[in-house]
Amino acid sequence: MNAMPRWADIILVPFINLILAFFVAGLVVLAIGENPFDMIYFMVKGALGSTSGIGFTLYYATNYIFTGLAVAVAFHARLFNIGGEGQAGIAGIGVAIVLLAFDWPHWTIAMPFAIIGGAAFGALWAAIPGYLQAKRGSHIVVTTIMFNFIGAALLGYLLNGILKNPDLQNAESRAFPTGAHLPTFHEMLAPLGIEFSKSAPANVSFIFALICAVAVYFLLWRTRLGYEIRSFGHNERAATYAGISSVKVIIVAMLISGGLAGMLAINVVMGEQERLIASFVEGAGFVGIAVALMGRSHPFGIVLAALLFGMLNQGGFELLWEMPAISKEMVLVIQALSILFTGALDNMVRVPLERMFLRMKKGAA
Amino acid sequence: MDFVLQVLLTFDMSIRLSVALLLACLAGLFSERAGVVDIGLEGKMLIAAFFAAVVSFETGNVWLGVLAGCAASLTFSMIHAVASITYQGNQLISGVAVNFLASGLTVVMGNAWYKKGGQTPTLTEGGRFYDITLPFADFFQSIPLPGPIYSELISGHKSIVYLAYLAVPLAWWVLYRTRFGLRLRAVGENPASVDTAGISVVRMRYSALIIAGILCGIAGAYLSTAQAAGFGKEMTAGRGFIALAALIFAKWRPFQAMGACLLFGFLEAISNLYPNIDVFGLFTIPVQFTQAMPFIMTVVILAGFVGKAIPPRAVGEPYVKER
Amino acid sequence: MDGANSAGRQETDAPAIELVGISKAFGPVQANKDISISVAKGAIHGIIGENGAGKSTLMSILYGFYKADAGEIYISGQKTEIPDSQAAISAGIGMVFQHFKLIENFSVVENIILGAEDGPMLKDSLGKARESLKSLAKEYELNVDPDALIEDLSVGHQQRVEILKALYRKADILILDEPTGVLTPAEADHLFRILRNLKKEGKTIILITHKLREIMDITDTVSVMRRGEMTSTVNTVDTSPEDLAERMVGRKVLLSVDKKPATIGDTVLKIENLRVIDEAGVERVKGISLEVRAGEILGVAGVSGNGQSELLAVLGGYMNATGSISVNGVPIDLTGRESDGQSRRARGIAHVPEDRQTEGLIMDFMAWEDIVFGYHHDPAFQKNRWLMDNAAIRADAEGKMERFDVRPPHPNLQAKNFSGGNQQKIVLAREIERNPDLLLVGQPTRGVDIGAIEFIHKQIVDLRDQGKAILLVSVELEEIMSLADRIAVMFDGHIMGERIPAETDERDLGLLMAGVNEQQGAA
Repeated sequence: MNAMPRWADIILVPFINLILAFFVAGLVVLAIGENPFDMIYFMVKGALGSTSGIGFTLYYATNYIFTGLAVAVAFHARLFNIGGEGQAGIAGIGVAIVLLAFDWPHWTIAMPFAIIGGAAFGALWAAIPGYLQAKRGSHIVVTTIMFNFIGAALLGYLLNGILKNPDLQNAESRAFPTGAHLPTFHEMLAPLGIEFSKSAPANVSFIFALICAVAVYFLLWRTRLGYEIRSFGHNERAATYAGISSVKVIIVAMLISGGLAGMLAINVVMGEQERLIASFVEGAGFVGIAVALMGRSHPFGIVLAALLFGMLNQGGFELLWEMPAISKEMVLVIQALSILFTGALDNMVRVPLERMFLRMKKGAA
Repeated sequence: MDFVLQVLLTFDMSIRLSVALLLACLAGLFSERAGVVDIGLEGKMLIAAFFAAVVSFETGNVWLGVLAGCAASLTFSMIHAVASITYQGNQLISGVAVNFLASGLTVVMGNAWYKKGGQTPTLTEGGRFYDITLPFADFFQSIPLPGPIYSELISGHKSIVYLAYLAVPLAWWVLYRTRFGLRLRAVGENPASVDTAGISVVRMRYSALIIAGILCGIAGAYLSTAQAAGFGKEMTAGRGFIALAALIFAKWRPFQAMGACLLFGFLEAISNLYPNIDVFGLFTIPVQFTQAMPFIMTVVILAGFVGKAIPPRAVGEPYVKER
Repeated sequence: MDGANSAGRQETDAPAIELVGISKAFGPVQANKDISISVAKGAIHGIIGENGAGKSTLMSILYGFYKADAGEIYISGQKTEIPDSQAAISAGIGMVFQHFKLIENFSVVENIILGAEDGPMLKDSLGKARESLKSLAKEYELNVDPDALIEDLSVGHQQRVEILKALYRKADILILDEPTGVLTPAEADHLFRILRNLKKEGKTIILITHKLREIMDITDTVSVMRRGEMTSTVNTVDTSPEDLAERMVGRKVLLSVDKKPATIGDTVLKIENLRVIDEAGVERVKGISLEVRAGEILGVAGVSGNGQSELLAVLGGYMNATGSISVNGVPIDLTGRESDGQSRRARGIAHVPEDRQTEGLIMDFMAWEDIVFGYHHDPAFQKNRWLMDNAAIRADAEGKMERFDVRPPHPNLQAKNFSGGNQQKIVLAREIERNPDLLLVGQPTRGVDIGAIEFIHKQIVDLRDQGKAILLVSVELEEIMSLADRIAVMFDGHIMGERIPAETDERDLGLLMAGVNEQQGAA
């Protein structure tokens, strides 16, 4: 028996959860003696009030679409990939190696190869925990956490060693060839006569992220592989009965998940930094968890949630100028509360709502 | 003699660095033995470190700071409990949320109160822990080998260090020799059997998370008031996860947890003291490798290549009465 | 102790247990409806009913595992509130659940004292429990090594630990839920001896079962449950198995299926010396050989857990085995790459699994998605190399649902929203319409309403009449007797014997199921 109509399940519950998260975040703001409504106003203004704000919002949203999709694909196979952070970091190495290997003539040529490089490295970093889960039964959550740290160490080692730019003090790679520069929104929109901020880092990767979201939708609901992933995720035993290989599903789902997480490097390393630095992922891998939860692991929901979290992140930076008493980590608080309410405390809202709908149904019958 | 002293100093530092790991690891032990996965150790320690530093600074009394740290960590532990026990939510997700929340809140509040980018002011005087010199340390100093071991290695630590190491046999005794421990282990193995034996699963799991909260609180307080003299942004720096790794490495047993934490503390000491180790001029072990060692070792253990780490059977599963 | 002695009106002949008007609903499902029952002190009282009749729910309420929505409980004439298991234990009730509530890696004695410790330190409790185990063992033939780990004990011994747990807590009333389902006949006999001993000591015993023979053998009184209601309570001596069966099902059961004599063709399935070892390293199938020919139904009978499920799993491609199996004369792979469900389907083997909810269907999938489950690689369901043809699958589902009379006929409804019978029809439609050479069917009518049973049986017989081979596994003897053309009985991983339905009866089969072959002597 479905206790709730579908719309309540996919829209109402997450919405109430989000309201709760914002309410508690508001209490935190009150506690430090500031006005939460002012904060929201400045955040929204910072995120959407100018093309520069929008550009940053879309830039962050691009990251979150990738990491959110990564978490969601794994979720559908009932795997909690908490290692997006590490997979994206390692993918950065792949992207950097590809882009430093040649003097690329044009981004349209460089981008596909960078995508392959990043996806391969990210996928590999996810596939090892996947393999260990499938073949050795090691819990994927713990291994992916461990791989985040191992990945960070590896990245640090390479950036202090063979990938380091010898001319600089900092641990960073040489700059990529100018031919590998990805067009920003400013450059893309200028020929159309649309004025867009020059400083905003939003680039063509955003469109690629949207393409990935559509691709993930098709993968999950239109292909045999997606069918197998979802079957396995819902019921492992039944999947075995149907002749679906658990080893294959786990490893393939993790490969795809890691590859998607790795696409973050296209946006950040190739699109914005144009060189490899150590801490470029900046928690986006974890935000992907919140995005996937909020978006109910559906690509459409993920895009919406990623835009929301992109706004939050950009709005958070804007607070620095408008409300210096609130630091940008306030965004972390809101993200944490969103994860808490949509992910862990879901039943707190869902169970009473289900009862309410059941009562309404009985009343109507 | 110089070499011996250097070894002693390294071990001494290992002990200091293992304390927070050990307390957090024991916290994880109680939580996971009761069937609740705790990847929020990091966040609980962080929030505790923050409040311990704040209250120590404001009151000038470090013990009040420890108390405040415990209270903060306990609050976070209860958030985890409400989500994962009362509302039967996903324990992993709840843990992730706890970590995020701590990362955000500490900086937001720290910045709002002290305007130092999330740092708290440096602790002085009674606001922090100082080394305790055990009796006769000076006297033993003069005796060749056992002397320095006593005076350098065993004596001269902060009180929390001794507390942490005393907590190990205590944890063992509680787990294996008391009714509470029997029930705690049982609830992590098969909550249905505990329920039908007339014991409340919810109460047992809450008790475990209360203990975990307090232990993480002391661990966090140690970081900001003993190991350092104030709170710094993200000062736990992954120690909660190393503790989790140590817990798996120790296969969820107290004395082995102590061994694992000492080992991981030793690795951290090595990476602090000797960043790049030159092995007979053949090759160099980079500092990143030493830092990643705890995680690599845990993956190897988890994969069952060396021994097999079997977690408590009901760990991670919310208890729902079957139909 | 309060009240019991001081209240003078306490009658010694008050019933041990009296339940009045107990009701319990799980969401929209009414599991117990206004149930009243009374059990005399020192009696063995049976509660019988089909799967899902509400027996276990009722007893779980009595044990405080669930809370009743309405109703009252009287223990020895005293009204008693039982909000949790602790209250039940203090009221002198002990329960042995169908799935044991033991902690596998704890020792016997640790399991015994859990929740009944004397004081906060374990040392004294453990010592006391060891002593008390010794005397209980002597008194009731309940020997178990107190320091053995549960996981090292046989199922029969684990059950003894459960009984000891109850007795250690001084239970006067012992509830056993389907206690013989997992026992060998020898173990079951031993259990019944223990129960009779307990009765002698004045304990009251409630035995939940769906096996008529057990009721007739051991109980003094019996209550029958049907669809959440208690239909009648009678003295066992005043009833017969036929009478009880009728009361259980609610109408005269004549499960004879209308079928023509079989036209038997060539051998389709040939199994030789098949051995299966499960993940725990236990040998489940111990060298069996079987044949199923085109146009016949081979029924595999047996108490559940005697290797039938493993046999199906091997044939279905999700368990490894040794020995040889061939289909239409061509061997199939038992361990390698080709030993998965996909390869089996490609060889013309269709499989209606024993448990439709955990194996046969994804309950959260919509009916149309479930109707390609296992056949999702079929080219007919693909739009192109990459994408599946969802429109074609939906259309196919509509046709199948109509032909198999699935109600409601909505392909977009999730599987979990159909009744048990209709879920089974979805699985059956999917498997039968593949037109397989060999159909494996496990427990086709478990938890299925009477109306659907007839339909399902008819579909299976129809497939037989089309000249297909069918291997039917069922724990319901009547089903086997009425459907099968030949019956093989499994016991402890062996085939105990084969029979022709017309030349055998329930008694003969029952003996085979218990491991006794009268034609050849005991196993």
